[in-house]
Amino acid sequence: MPARISRLSVVAGFAALAAILLPFADLTVAGHDPWAALSRMARGFLSPDFGGIEQILWAVALTVGFAIAGVALGGVTGLLMSPFYGMRPVRWTAIALRSVHELFWALLLLQVLGIGAWTGVLAIALPYAGIFAKVMSEILDEADRRPSDWLGPKVDPLSRFLWARVPLARAEMASYALYRLECGLRSSAVLGFVGLPTLGFQLDTFFRQGHYGAAGAVMIIYIALIGTVRWWMRPRLLIFWIAAAMVLLTRIDAPPMGQGAFWRFLTSDIVPAPLRQGVPAGLWPWLWDMLTGAILPGLAATMIVAQIALVLTGIVAFAGQALVIPRVAGRIGAWIGNLILVVLRSFPEYMLAFLFLQIWGPSMLPAILALALHNGAIIAHLLGRQAQGLTLRADAPRGLTLWGWEIAPRLFGSFVALCLYRWEIIIRESAIMGILGIATLGFYLDDAIAELRMDRAVVILIATALVTVLIDRTSRSLRARLGAGRLTVGEAPSRTAANC
Amino acid sequence: MLKLDGQDIGHGGAPVLSDVRLSVRPGERVALLGRSGSGKSTLLGALHRAMGDRRVALVPQDTALVPQLSALRNVLMGRLDDHGAIRNLATLIRPRRADRDAALAVLARVGLTPEADRAVEGLSGGQQQRVGLARAIFRGGEIILGDEPMSAVDPIQAEVLAQEIRAAFPTAILALHDVGLAHAFATRVIGLRHGRILIDAPIADLDAATVEELYAR
Repeated sequence: MPARISRLSVVAGFAALAAILLPFADLTVAGHDPWAALSRMARGFLSPDFGGIEQILWAVALTVGFAIAGVALGGVTGLLMSPFYGMRPVRWTAIALRSVHELFWALLLLQVLGIGAWTGVLAIALPYAGIFAKVMSEILDEADRRPSDWLGPKVDPLSRFLWARVPLARAEMASYALYRLECGLRSSAVLGFVGLPTLGFQLDTFFRQGHYGAAGAVMIIYIALIGTVRWWMRPRLLIFWIAAAMVLLTRIDAPPMGQGAFWRFLTSDIVPAPLRQGVPAGLWPWLWDMLTGAILPGLAATMIVAQIALVLTGIVAFAGQALVIPRVAGRIGAWIGNLILVVLRSFPEYMLAFLFLQIWGPSMLPAILALALHNGAIIAHLLGRQAQGLTLRADAPRGLTLWGWEIAPRLFGSFVALCLYRWEIIIRESAIMGILGIATLGFYLDDAIAELRMDRAVVILIATALVTVLIDRTSRSLRARLGAGRLTVGEAPSRTAANC
Repeated sequence: MLKLDGQDIGHGGAPVLSDVRLSVRPGERVALLGRSGSGKSTLLGALHRAMGDRRVALVPQDTALVPQLSALRNVLMGRLDDHGAIRNLATLIRPRRADRDAALAVLARVGLTPEADRAVEGLSGGQQQRVGLARAIFRGGEIILGDEPMSAVDPIQAEVLAQEIRAAFPTAILALHDVGLAHAFATRVIGLRHGRILIDAPIADLDAATVEELYAR
């Protein structure tokens, strides 16, 4: 790759790639009457049925419980890893942990630990520990070094860390942890789709029963929950919330797993079948079969979904940023724009895809739309915030002229950088969509797990993790070549743009 | 006790100071004078390095305090290398009575008793500078190296603080911004101009003409 590339050529490159992939995408509408499904769903949403409120509130409590316990455990683990992030084993462990999505961790853990509290907590805690380790180490690196330098070389490392490093980074770490908790709430809700007793499970159940009013109620409560985190999650209440979460999670009834399930998983289940059967020569044909039968087709579908979704994300974001700026859309227009973006941002891609799947049936279409709307809304929101901070001349135009001549060109760099940031996430999420029945990597993983072929599942997981790492690298090197390696929104580095 | 002989000093290639020869004997109080950019901070850095392993109380120009911690804890930081990790951790959580009293005594000397338990980020620039000075006094040692340690306090207070420094350290090298203060505090003056030592003499020899030359554009 050349040392510097222009933003326009990056955009053109991605658009061309998406256009080439478009004919290979399965965009058929499989549902027999999408409009009827859509109107039923809309009616349910508009006239929510709070009849099953007890059931729903229990699911809310468990959603919050899993989120708090998972984020707390992941946060503490990540914090402990962060000072050692420079060491290769620690860094690689963190990369491995975070390159596997929460849902994939959950699928794997369900086999080992059963459908108990630990599965939900660890499914969140493991990938989050990897993310926390990286971000906390970045925050520590960026904090003022001078107090630590003043201490001189004789002070022991622990005292130096606690006296002169942690206090400087604490406020930012706390605000990042709060943001991560919002991510955790989304993750926790989505874990319901693979069977854990959270809001996703309720949503799934109500849809299966055709109980659209109740599903509407779940969605409204979910949005309220996400929207109010910053009010009920106070640093002072942290200990209380963690204790409450722990008490709550011990009350989950789970069928006990057989003794030694974990040991059997490690020593037998994940050992490739040819090795287990004592035919090491069969390993290569087995791997080749995996590669051609699952990994490559899964990867191809994942990339098709992701690349088309990325371009669509860009379109949504580019148009959406105009919606939230009062000088462009008008006061009322901006208010409505913000509302739409908040709703789209609150629903994780997976949940949106699940909803769209009810309307259009299983194809790549629901997945692509869900990815584009959710990620587009996030980028549009961040760009909108940045646009508010721009200083405009007093006689600057209004409306579309302002957007076209001032805002869009000035924010174009951030726009491209943000899209590249979300690229990796879109690919991870595309892989996940497979669990919904779209033939991306998650589909093959889910399939292998359903057949209890854990050896195959682990190979697919490793392949997925490698792809994630590869895309992360590519995205970072592209951003560096664009001169957008470190993204900032306003004053603060926008770590929050990157992750969930 | 401290000697630089004929070195070029600078960061990364280009020397800021050239051919610096000086030695400081115990008991001397040196005032470094010169316009900003004349190399005072660089010279202090070189002197600090020349001290090697010996105990130095340092007052950097940017204070290098931890803004989120209280004034008292910032002062206690001055002696972290005298204790092990466990003792320091205990002090961070809750300082022992004796440590607290010792730090409070130093804070009283710089006039910050009421601010002892306030976070440094809430203090004014002058108060922060006094916390930095208190940390150095609490640390103690044979020598104090200070980079304009009184630049943000008023002249009367600066004189008082200078007295405290005299009382606490046998030897001192301070970059100062105020010629009057230098006269009151120092026994010897080193004047820097464009990275060279223009004058190195007893403070009594510092006359108006030399000062004029030091600060001329």
